[in-house]
This record gives sequence, C-alpha cells and structure tokens, in this order.
Amino acid sequence: MGKKRLIRRVAGFSLLAVLSAVFLVLGLVCGSGNLTVREVLAVLTGQSGDIIAIRIVWDIRLPRVLAALILGGGLSVSGYLLQSFFGNPIAGPFVLGISSGAKLAVAVAMIFSLQSGIMLRSAALVGASFAGSLVSTGLILLLSGKVRSMARLIIGGVMIGYICSALTEIAVAFADDANIVNLHNWSMGSFSGINRQDIAIMTAVTAPACALAFLMSKPISAYQLGESYARNMGVSLKPFRVALILLSSLLSACVTAFAGPVSFVGVAVPHLMRTLFGTCAPIIIIPASFIGGGTFCMACDLLARSLFSPMELSISTVTALFGAPVVVWVMLRKQSERG
Amino acid sequence: MSGTIALSAAKLSAGYGQKVVVSGIELTVRPGEVLTLIGPNGAGKSTVLKTIAAQLSPVSGTIWVNGTDLCKMKPDQAARHISALFTQQIRTDRMTCADVAGTGRYPYTGRLGILSAQDREIVTQAMALTGVSDLADRDFSCISDGQRQCVMLARAIAQQPEILILDEPATFLDISRKLMLLTLVRSLARQRNIAVIQSLHEIDLAQKFSDRVLCVSGGQAQRCGTPEEVFQSSYITDLYGITDGSYDALLGTAEAAGVKGEPEVFVIGGGGSGIPVYRQLQRQGIPFAAGVIHENDIDFPVASALAAVLVTEKAFEPVSAEAVSRAKEIIRTCKRVICCPESFGTMNQRCAELAEMVNYPAR
Repeated sequence: MGKKRLIRRVAGFSLLAVLSAVFLVLGLVCGSGNLTVREVLAVLTGQSGDIIAIRIVWDIRLPRVLAALILGGGLSVSGYLLQSFFGNPIAGPFVLGISSGAKLAVAVAMIFSLQSGIMLRSAALVGASFAGSLVSTGLILLLSGKVRSMARLIIGGVMIGYICSALTEIAVAFADDANIVNLHNWSMGSFSGINRQDIAIMTAVTAPACALAFLMSKPISAYQLGESYARNMGVSLKPFRVALILLSSLLSACVTAFAGPVSFVGVAVPHLMRTLFGTCAPIIIIPASFIGGGTFCMACDLLARSLFSPMELSISTVTALFGAPVVVWVMLRKQSERG
Repeated sequence: MSGTIALSAAKLSAGYGQKVVVSGIELTVRPGEVLTLIGPNGAGKSTVLKTIAAQLSPVSGTIWVNGTDLCKMKPDQAARHISALFTQQIRTDRMTCADVAGTGRYPYTGRLGILSAQDREIVTQAMALTGVSDLADRDFSCISDGQRQCVMLARAIAQQPEILILDEPATFLDISRKLMLLTLVRSLARQRNIAVIQSLHEIDLAQKFSDRVLCVSGGQAQRCGTPEEVFQSSYITDLYGITDGSYDALLGTAEAAGVKGEPEVFVIGGGGSGIPVYRQLQRQGIPFAAGVIHENDIDFPVASALAAVLVTEKAFEPVSAEAVSRAKEIIRTCKRVICCPESFGTMNQRCAELAEMVNYPAR
C-alpha cells in the first residue's frame, strides 16, 4: 500500500509541476505580439536588446502570469480551508459570498479614496478586502448555525454574494465617471494591470498564509473526523477554528484586492486534487491545491485573453466555465453516496 | 495497584452550558476495571461520558484523572490519557480504514502529524485486535456500520489511553461481534491495565462484562455497584420503567407481557420443555395456565412472566396431591391441554395424571 501511494503522489506532483511550467511559459509567449520561447528566455536572462520585448515580458506578461499563479494558488488553499472548516466539499470563498463581501469593501474603499483624491496603495486595498471578507464570513457563520446542512450553507452564501454584488453595483453607479471603467473591469475579475510591486505584496501575504495553512495540516486532518474526535485527539478547537477562518479570509481577500472576485477556483481545484491524489490528507492537498490552483488560473487567464483577442474575457467567465461543472460533479457524487 | 485510581468524579453534574442533565455522579474507576453505565434512553448516559471525555465542561463538580483536574489539562495532554468512541457517525472523504485508525496516533506524532514506522505498527496491531486488518486499504465510507465501529475502536486503542471511553460500543454489531468486542474490551482492560467506562443498552451483556455498573435515570446517578448488586429484577424493571413485559435479571432475559384472562389452554411443562409453548401461545394472544412447575425449574421464570394462571410446587419437593388437584380444576375450564415433557420423574410423578387428561379436555 505504502509504495502504491508514494508512486501516486510522486506522479501527481510531477504532473502538476510539468503543467505549471507549460502554462507559465505559454503565458509569457502568447499574447498580442507573439514572442518565441527563445526571445522570452533572452529577455529573462537579460541578454535581449529588444526594448519592446523587455517591456512586454517584465512589465506586462510576467507580473500577470505570476499573479495568476500566486492568487490562484492562494484561492485554492482558501477554498480547501473553508471546506475543512465547514465539513462541506462545495464550500469556497466565491460560493459562500466571501469574495463578494471583499469586493464590496474594496469598491467602497476605492470610491471614497478617489473622491477625496487619495490613491490607495495596494496594501490598504488588501486590508479593506480582508475586513470585507471577515464580515461576510461572520454572516455565513451565523447563517450556517449549528446545523451542518450543505444546502443551507450554500444558499446562504449565494444570497450574501448577490446582496454584496448588488451593493457594489450601486456604489459603482455613484462613482465618478472617469473611474467607472476601471472599477467595472476590476469588479468583473481580471489579472491584468498588475505591477511588480503588487506581486511583492501578494507574495508577502500569500506565502506566509499558505505556509501557516500547511503547518496546520495535523489539526485539519484530525478535524476531518468531526469536532468530537478532534477534541479527543487533543486539538484545541477554538484557536484552531479562529486560525482557519482568519487564514482562509486573508487568502481570498488578497485575491479579491488584486484581481477582483474569481469564481469557482476555490471549490473546483481542491476537489480535482483530491481526485488526482486519491486522498484528502491536508499535508498533500494543501501544497497540491496551491500548485494546481496556480496552474488552473494561469490556463484560464491564457484563455481569457487569447480566445477573442484583442477583446479580453473576465477571468471569472473562464473559471466558471471549467469550475462550475466540477461543483455539479461533486454534488452528484455526494447525492449518489447518500442514496 | 489496588490503591491507584485512574479516574474519579466527585459531586459531578453533567450537562450543556448551565443546563444540568445528570447530577449526583460519584465515580471511581481503577486501572483494569470496566465500569458500565446503564439506564433508559435519554437518561443522559452519553452526556456523562462526554463530560468525562472532556468534550463538555462539567456544570459543577470535578473530574480527577490520575490525580489531576481534567478541566485544567490541556487538550493534547488529556488526549494521552483518554481516548473515546462516540455514537455519532463520522463521514469521511477518501480515507482508508488504516488512515482513520491512524488518527489515533495524533497525540504522539510531530508537528505535521506524519506517522512513524512504530506508529504504523501500533495501528496495525490495534486493527488486528478488533478484527479489521483485512479492511486496512478499504475506503472507510464504503464499509458496513458494524465494521466502522470496529475501525473506530481500533482508532481508540491506537491512542494508547489509560482511560477508554466507549459510548454504546456494541451498537450496529451482530451478536458474534458484540461478544467479540466486549470480550476484547474486557481483556484489554485486564492486560493493559486500562480503565474502561462504557455505556450499554444490552443490559444482559452489561451484567456479564462489567466489574461495576452505574445506573443513570431521571436526571440522577442512581445505584452503583457490582452487577450482582445492581441486577435485581424489580430494580431493573423500575430503572427502565418496563411496562410491556418483564426482565429477568438473574438470567438476563426479556419476556413480552403475558396474555391476561381466563386460561384457554393448560400447558404441562417442566425442565425447559414448556418455554417454547408458552412463548408461542403468548404470540398468538391465547391466555393459558401452566403447571405444575417447581420454583427452581427453568420453565418457572418464563411461566411466571407469561402464564395467566400458574400452579407451582416448592423447590426440591415432589409435586403434591394438592397442587395436582388444583391443576385438574383449571384443566376442566380449559379447551385444550398440552403436555410438553416426554416423561416424568420422581419429583413430578403426579403430573402424569394431568398428562392423561390431554385426550379428553373438559368440553
């Protein structure tokens, strides 16, 4: 048994590594004004003299691809943490309305700051986003109550999502004309327009949060048997639950602050990873979700910008196209298990 | 060893929040001892066990584990002393039975919870003990309830506790596995010096597998003592409020309520031959009389539970003429006589006279 499992794990991670490398390269190569792999390599190693190519790779494509990788990874880990917390395989930051709460908070912060003539730094936006996602999470916790009903939780989340989106639309309607285009693009979700400083900030938030989540693998695995057994195994439930909520909110807040709401990644990717690795052990699924989520978002972003180029689709359009069917699949699978 | 106490509780009230469910609990359990909680549904046995397992804080009172106040222990510290099997079913996703049993090693593994070779060996042994070795690689969600119960017991054993808490461990199990499990718990207690506190609905088994029994009923801890002290028919009937039938605490058998009314059938029994006939008549709803049964006959407890009229004789005495004539009077009012024993002996020779009446009932 041990050997078979080991082989599956090595093969799984190898597959993820190859896929992520492929989409990383494709993300740098493809776009309006195709570059060859050799040209891109030359730019990255500093041996290219082509100023346009250098600008394209360093200022536009590399930040964009890295953002997709980091934020997609963070989003998936956030989804996995929420699924562990609620003991519900289709929980996720978007489905539960947490992303939408963060979106509302960021939109309000942006509009107010723009009206008073201040340009908010991205760190401040992450802060606003975190506050928004915590409020949504709080509402979800109240709604879910003590009854662990899958349907009730999801319906509550979807409703919170709609309310927040509606409020965001209203807020946008009151914004200055000049800013609307910008805000509107962002509120649909996109990895475009991210600069290198943003990358530094999102790394500074996502890396430690994911590392902490990984270090919580042990209590998470105990929690998978339910609260009573987790307690009996020696998990201090209160601090553990608080940590789970804070980490997952922080991760999804970071994504929303930079890329707007990105749908279904948080639900679909952890599920795909559980299927790929045939386990739900957090020590495997947390790193796998990170790499898998990054790869998934890089691939979706590639499609979003190249399918109808020069027009760009919003990232959520593409992630929903691939992610939502996975959610349906999970629900059907759960149904058949019970029936 | 007799001086050590694994777990004790003083003036303990168990419940949720400030709401008391069971009060007046006084317990001491020594290493190697099996204490069983019995009592009707909803009496609060589970609440007591959850409190002792540190799942609920006591409403009042103190629980001492090896001389330390359980409430003051950190969860990870308590986990090395106490492991538990709860009634609530768990749902898992893509976990093999070995994975589930392996979670018992949680208090002993490092930061990331990776099992060492030694941990795996302990888990394998625990699974072998509960007879689920062959399920190790099976998905936990795809096995039967009974098998799951055994895997969860293996999990609790792998935690290497000093105190093992089992909430209705025999639920979901067939009779063979019930006996296997309770025998295993018994021998674990003795061999590894584990103090076991369990609750059982199978009171006949509780009587046979417990060192001491604590009765819980009506929000109070009631009698606590050896099975011999606790298992008295009238007490058990009161404890559970049995109205539709009776429970014989000596033999540990439950009987349905006897059919009341004028006896239609007279059953001549003795030596166990009457029991199947009594039960058949009871099922068919026919009131019957039974006789002449010695008070030490195996037929006696069932006959006294089921017969509308019973003619008895003192233990170790030959059946008297008076008893036979009383029986004959009853037979005259019956439609039918059934003779169960194939032959009679010295002590019930006179019953042969009754047997002669089989062929001509009164009417």
